[in-house]
Amino acid sequence: MEAFTQHTGLVVPLDRSNVDTDAIIPKQFLKSIKRTGFGPNLFDEWRYLDHGEPGMDNSKRPLNPDFVMNKERYKGASILLARENFGCGSSREHAPWALEDYGIKAVIAPSFADIFFNNCFKNGILPIVLDHATMDALFEQTEANEGFKLDIDLGKQTITMPNGDVINFDVEPDRKHNLYNGLDDIGITLKQEDAITAYEQERAKRAPWLFSS
Amino acid sequence: MAGKTLYDKLWQDHLVAENEDGSALIYIDRQLLHEVTSPQAFEGLKIAGRKPRRIEANLATPDHNVPTTDRTNGIADPVSRIQVQTLDDNCDAYGVTEFKMDDVRQGIVHIVGPEQGYTLPGLTMVCGDSHTATHGAFGAMAFGVGTSEVEHVLATQCLRQKKMKNMLVRVDGKLGTGVTAKDVVLAVIGEIGTAGGNGHAIEFAGSAIEDLSMEGRMTICNMAIEAGARVGLVAVDDKTIEYVKGRPFAPKGEHWDMAVEAWKDLHSDADAEFDRVVELKAEDIIPQVTWGTSPEMVKPVTDNIPNPDKETNAVKKEGIERALLYMDMKAETPITSIPLDKVFIGSCTNARIEDLREAAAVAKGRKVASSIKQAMVVPGSGLVKEQAEAEGLDKIFVEAGFEWREPGCSMCLAMNADRLESGEHCASTSNRNFEGRQGQGGRTHLVSPAMAAAAAVHGHFVDVRELELDKELANVSEVH
Repeated sequence: MEAFTQHTGLVVPLDRSNVDTDAIIPKQFLKSIKRTGFGPNLFDEWRYLDHGEPGMDNSKRPLNPDFVMNKERYKGASILLARENFGCGSSREHAPWALEDYGIKAVIAPSFADIFFNNCFKNGILPIVLDHATMDALFEQTEANEGFKLDIDLGKQTITMPNGDVINFDVEPDRKHNLYNGLDDIGITLKQEDAITAYEQERAKRAPWLFSS
Repeated sequence: MAGKTLYDKLWQDHLVAENEDGSALIYIDRQLLHEVTSPQAFEGLKIAGRKPRRIEANLATPDHNVPTTDRTNGIADPVSRIQVQTLDDNCDAYGVTEFKMDDVRQGIVHIVGPEQGYTLPGLTMVCGDSHTATHGAFGAMAFGVGTSEVEHVLATQCLRQKKMKNMLVRVDGKLGTGVTAKDVVLAVIGEIGTAGGNGHAIEFAGSAIEDLSMEGRMTICNMAIEAGARVGLVAVDDKTIEYVKGRPFAPKGEHWDMAVEAWKDLHSDADAEFDRVVELKAEDIIPQVTWGTSPEMVKPVTDNIPNPDKETNAVKKEGIERALLYMDMKAETPITSIPLDKVFIGSCTNARIEDLREAAAVAKGRKVASSIKQAMVVPGSGLVKEQAEAEGLDKIFVEAGFEWREPGCSMCLAMNADRLESGEHCASTSNRNFEGRQGQGGRTHLVSPAMAAAAAVHGHFVDVRELELDKELANVSEVH
């Protein structure tokens, strides 16, 4: 996993609540057995005017001019502003894979759905929770100022605005550590092999029916 | 000190280590695998040169992509075919037990697990699918995970987790005739919203939940995720134990007695404290219909579509307006006036035998309305299909004009060929009414199986409580 330490990027505002993972990456693209290549189909049904299917040449498809990510001023954005309960619904990790493949490094919202939030950290994306008032201000600033960029520093847990104002954010220490260092979760857990084996032996005594096949 | 909740007990029971950084290592007893979220996990293992830790702790079946029509020639869509083949290949290579597409035990993972007794009280269980909460109906801590965590469980049999908060949803009283578990859970979601359970494990309790069959409890826990909660739970009682007894993967002999003894503690203590409590009266619950593009956009069938102008919260108002536009519906018109094109009875929420009986009790002796283009019944597993056929339910459906299909996820998410065309309205027993969920431009209305069948025969939503039901079948449905 790619480490996230500090990132400065263009901000794109997606002003709707309860954006679900079906919207982030529609089901027909889940048939892929790869982890990569989902970026061109991120928000497929909102982004294009036709119906997308795997294997299509996305560069030739008609874009929906009204969709915010298609607007010229937001091209190349890497920080996504969102509203409440972003990433709800299906557990598909294809959602953060699609965001990451598109080039999104961080998503800032007042709240996230649990599974999506967790999946982001496994894929080098930083999800940041901010209060409603701060979110409203960020939406306003982004829409009012073309080329609006934010500087996110995970180490300091700060977001710096173009005018120098600083917003602090919370992140759980273990998630921060792993993301900051780009660590593989499985590798970390495997270091606790002794504890797992000890637990298994004790569990097999308590619940032997789970260990006899 | 306050007593423990059921969730607290399950958490404590599976705690391998508490780490200094505030996370915990939790043991995962069993994992369910399907074709969509496992290929990249197996690939990850291979790349890292890791082996699955306990092969027998995994059970696999293809469900999302499988066709529900004749399967003798395999899967027509080459992309879907490769994905199912990849699951078969991985299971064969590693020795994971898999019910392949031609096995009568194949079906939707969340129907297969309980049916096989693979789902047991007191377990921790995961699957790369958000509806894994279903298994919480057995007093198991079951939750959906992403593919990275599928791989993590394969490699370590553990997950790094944070403890969730406890929420209690208490439903006391008696549900009216024709009011089902689906209506209860939709009413709960309507009450607390799709983010209401975020960060919580929800335990469903109260006399109305105790009165439900195991099938009904599974329907309720299944949709905990639609209220934002990864975990849904119901305490273990005699019904739970009776349901599990004798199933293929259930403990046998001495182990059975030992297991039953251990399972008796799987309930919240009387003095347990919850972070949040929500109470509903069973008698107040009316058959529910979703009108919008989120499961929280739900109303009793007797009600009207809401008016965004009456909403004071600007974000919510815009959400309603956007939903009405997508659904092509007018504010303040009756729910019963929504025009319908298709009817889907199936999914991990409502494709168990009892669901099919409830739908058949309505369909018997009636005909699907001529205005309905397609009405399909998709059993949750090959074994549900077999049992339904033994009870003659298939004939009731076919005579009424429903299509009787092979088991799978089908039109719940339309990864196979079963889908809505743009603009079509569907009465669906599934769990999500998101934009495009059942096909791009499709418009989903979530309802119970009885309500879906009633909508099929009338061509629009009706209050199923006002219909005369086939007595024999209706009685069967009531005997849990």
